[in-house]
Amino acid sequence: MNGGPLFTIDDHPVLFQDGQTIMEAARAAGVYIPHLCFNPEFAPHGSCRVCLVKVNGRTQASCTTPAMAGQVVQSETEELRDIRRGILEMMFVEGNHVCPACEKSGACQLQAVAYYVGMLASPFTYFYPRRALDASHPDVVIDFNRCILCELCVRASRDIDGKNVFAVQNRGIQAHLVINTPSGKLGATTFSITDKAAQVCPTGAMMIKNQGYGSPIGSRLYDQESVKIVGDVAQVPESEGGRRHE
Amino acid sequence: MLVEPGTLGQTVEEIVQRHGSLPTRLLQILREVQDSLTWLSPEAMDVVAKALGLSPDKVCRVAEFYSFLYTTPRGSYDILFSDNITDRMLGSRQLLRYLCDKLGVGIGQPRADGRVTVGVTSCTGMCDQGPAALVNGYALTALDKPRLDRIASLVNQLAPLSEWPPEYFEVTTNIRRADILLGRHFADGAALRAVLKRGPEAMLEELVKSGLRGQGGAGFKLALKWISCRDAPGAVKYVVCNADEGEPGTFKDRVLMQEYADLVFEGMTLCGRVIGARQGFVYLRGEYRYLLEPLTVTLQRRREIGLLGKNILGEPGFDFDIDIHLGAGAYVCGEESALIESLEGKHGVPRIRPPFPTTHGYLNQPTVVNNVETFAVTAKIAAEGGAWFASRGTLESKGTKLLSVSGDCERPGIYEYPFGVTVRRVLEDCGARDAQGIQMAGPAGHTISPKQYDRRICFDDLSTGGSFMVFAKHRDILDGMRNFAHFFVHESCGFCTPCRVGTSLLCDLVDKVHTGHGARADLDEMRRLGRIMKAGSHCGLGQTAPNSVLDSLDQFPEAWMRRLRSTSYEPAFDLDASLGEARRLSGRDDPGAHLPDEYSDMVRLAGLLAEREAPLSDDERNLLGVMP
Ligand SMILES: Cc1cc2nc3c(=O)[nH]c(=O)nc-3n(C[C@H](O)[C@H](O)[C@H](O)COP(=O)(O)O)c2cc1C
Ligand code: SF4
Ligand code: SF4
Ligand code: FES
Ligand code: FES
Repeated sequence: MNGGPLFTIDDHPVLFQDGQTIMEAARAAGVYIPHLCFNPEFAPHGSCRVCLVKVNGRTQASCTTPAMAGQVVQSETEELRDIRRGILEMMFVEGNHVCPACEKSGACQLQAVAYYVGMLASPFTYFYPRRALDASHPDVVIDFNRCILCELCVRASRDIDGKNVFAVQNRGIQAHLVINTPSGKLGATTFSITDKAAQVCPTGAMMIKNQGYGSPIGSRLYDQESVKIVGDVAQVPESEGGRRHE
Repeated sequence: MLVEPGTLGQTVEEIVQRHGSLPTRLLQILREVQDSLTWLSPEAMDVVAKALGLSPDKVCRVAEFYSFLYTTPRGSYDILFSDNITDRMLGSRQLLRYLCDKLGVGIGQPRADGRVTVGVTSCTGMCDQGPAALVNGYALTALDKPRLDRIASLVNQLAPLSEWPPEYFEVTTNIRRADILLGRHFADGAALRAVLKRGPEAMLEELVKSGLRGQGGAGFKLALKWISCRDAPGAVKYVVCNADEGEPGTFKDRVLMQEYADLVFEGMTLCGRVIGARQGFVYLRGEYRYLLEPLTVTLQRRREIGLLGKNILGEPGFDFDIDIHLGAGAYVCGEESALIESLEGKHGVPRIRPPFPTTHGYLNQPTVVNNVETFAVTAKIAAEGGAWFASRGTLESKGTKLLSVSGDCERPGIYEYPFGVTVRRVLEDCGARDAQGIQMAGPAGHTISPKQYDRRICFDDLSTGGSFMVFAKHRDILDGMRNFAHFFVHESCGFCTPCRVGTSLLCDLVDKVHTGHGARADLDEMRRLGRIMKAGSHCGLGQTAPNSVLDSLDQFPEAWMRRLRSTSYEPAFDLDASLGEARRLSGRDDPGAHLPDEYSDMVRLAGLLAEREAPLSDDERNLLGVMP
């Protein structure tokens, strides 16, 4: 191993460059830390909290914590697994994630991370919110029931597509994704299937129309290998069952 | 009060221009637009967005975030009852219903004639003179039925607030115990003369010597913060006074801003001199709207006597001025980085930290954020010296602390004690003879039982921003816990999963147990939720939101156990209630269409039996239909 600053994750030394977060350094070193709102093409957001690790004994989000020499980071401990599992459970009870009836099942990063942290069902009481679908756009359906408010589409549309199609409104448990038009309908925007924003959703909240069930359940992106090996759905080309347009 | 639609554009334009068309003034602009229009219609928000060159969703984001901004119509009179547990102890819920009946209006819904809305809001900081409310943003205190009778008729007569009895708006300071901060005279300008005479470096040394720690609750060493901001690269620096005072049960910053504003402003100006800032801001919570005009007058007076503005005290280049920004009902905006977002005119979601405000604060420039009390103390230390201050208090917590005492006691109000005072001493002084428990430092703080009354109030033991709410023996402590759980649901900013969802889940569980539907498994689930929220939340709000539930589970287990059904598990749904729809469809409501009462008894019994090995009693056999 050549020189440079080091920290450890679960006792493995990780080299990093100044300015990297723990998540970025871990990724570069091939160490998987579960995450949902983090996407290496965007500035860290820190909202989903799935990437929690212990840094010198303090729980912190690895995607927003700068790497520093000598840090002792714990990631795969039973305590952190339970906390991550709890956070996943919260996401599932907050929305309506009926995985067996969801076209994204098997290629959904939310589902894959839930499996990864060992979540099978939630002990928490389901909220069963009522959220209408938006099928007004010719190519894309938005199912707000599956939105986890990671704001990746918001960031992509605003910062990369320059269209500012999506936003989060209101606060607390009332916070929800909206479409920035007076009608609130995606069909009334300039949103296009080739937008970056159409390629980043880690869940089944944003679905491409007219192309369902291209591959059977059981042979989808995360069906054979864990998300730890496969990586983010946004980084895998469409031809391989991911979201990225070639 | 209402504006003709034709003049809407003009009204809004005027307000925007008065604020220099600055996007950083967005929140202030929206407040004023709403003051003239009673609510923020899509048209009004559009005009604001155009005039400021912002996208409409940004304006909407702000309007929807703050609870005092309305994007649906409200009455010309908007009355909000303070819903802290201390208001409830004083009968606020009955008064709320009384006024609603009197006015013929439902909670939170405008009356058909559009004249009035009545609702509730988080603690308005009048706990020592409740039940309290706000009318169009102005504080009402000491409400009772005769006052509400009068208010109802004033509303029905469309009387402007200026014609309401002034005593309804009277806010008293109730200073019950004064020590070095409240008790000793301070000559305006004394701190600024000292810094000019001895230099900023010597002042910093005094502040180091004093050991002063932030009085907002977290207790960060003051001198370290100022030094790190002074040394941060950046030509423009800012001083921000945190007067958000959102923690239910605290009102000491309100008293300081009302009676000791000069001391606070002097502390801010001193800070400006020490760190090299020329601009200061006071972030004043919306609930203290009534203080805006008097504070503006004080600032003007200070400019006139050379204590603010250009060349302060005749010193060339000693320039510093202060602006007041009003909040609009968001507890999270007390968190320093959310506060800065709000000062910039945005919605108040806390930033990722690091970087901290001392290097990247207001407009990304180095910024000191301190509590009102902290600034007041710095002015005193500058005038009287660090050693003088450090002679009070404990080793780790120097000086004194202002406590806001409310709830079940004879003398609610402000008490200044040297750090290290015991809970017992405070209880004696305020005349709380039969306290079964204290909520210290607000819902985010510690729930204390009598075993702990000898603990000391200081950073090394019971740390506090100042809230001290007393629960007498005859109270149900769970009423408090439930009130706090609802508070956090209302105040979560919604950015991160553990707080956004966790506050609601925790609140549902507290409700479930409080209404007698809980089981032991629910208490375990509360503990697990609490662990996840504390460890996982993005900011201090979510990290501390479960504290009162977790503490009370430890300190008052019997209060929780008393409410439990005896099963170890109780479903969150009610089987009989869920048959309601079938009953409605079939038009049946006879006893045969309901599950028999014994059904629920049987469920309970089955739970009991699962945990017990003793043989069945005769009653149990009967109920279960088991032959003897
Ligand atoms: C949810 C939340 C609310 C807060 N509210 C306040 C407040 O109302 N007033 C305050 O001074 N500090 C509040 N704080 C603490 C501030 O973030 C910050 O630490 C403080 O203003 C620093 O000033 P000090 O060092 O003088 O105490 C709050 C923190 C959190 C997490
Ligand atoms: S739609 Fe998808 S990408 Fe957008 S915020 Fe929701 S979960 Fe994230
Ligand atoms: S903990 Fe999270 S959701 Fe709660 S107020 Fe802080 S940032 Fe917002
Ligand atoms: S991935 Fe770090 S908080 Fe979402
Ligand atoms: S399978 Fe996860 S959202 Fe559809």
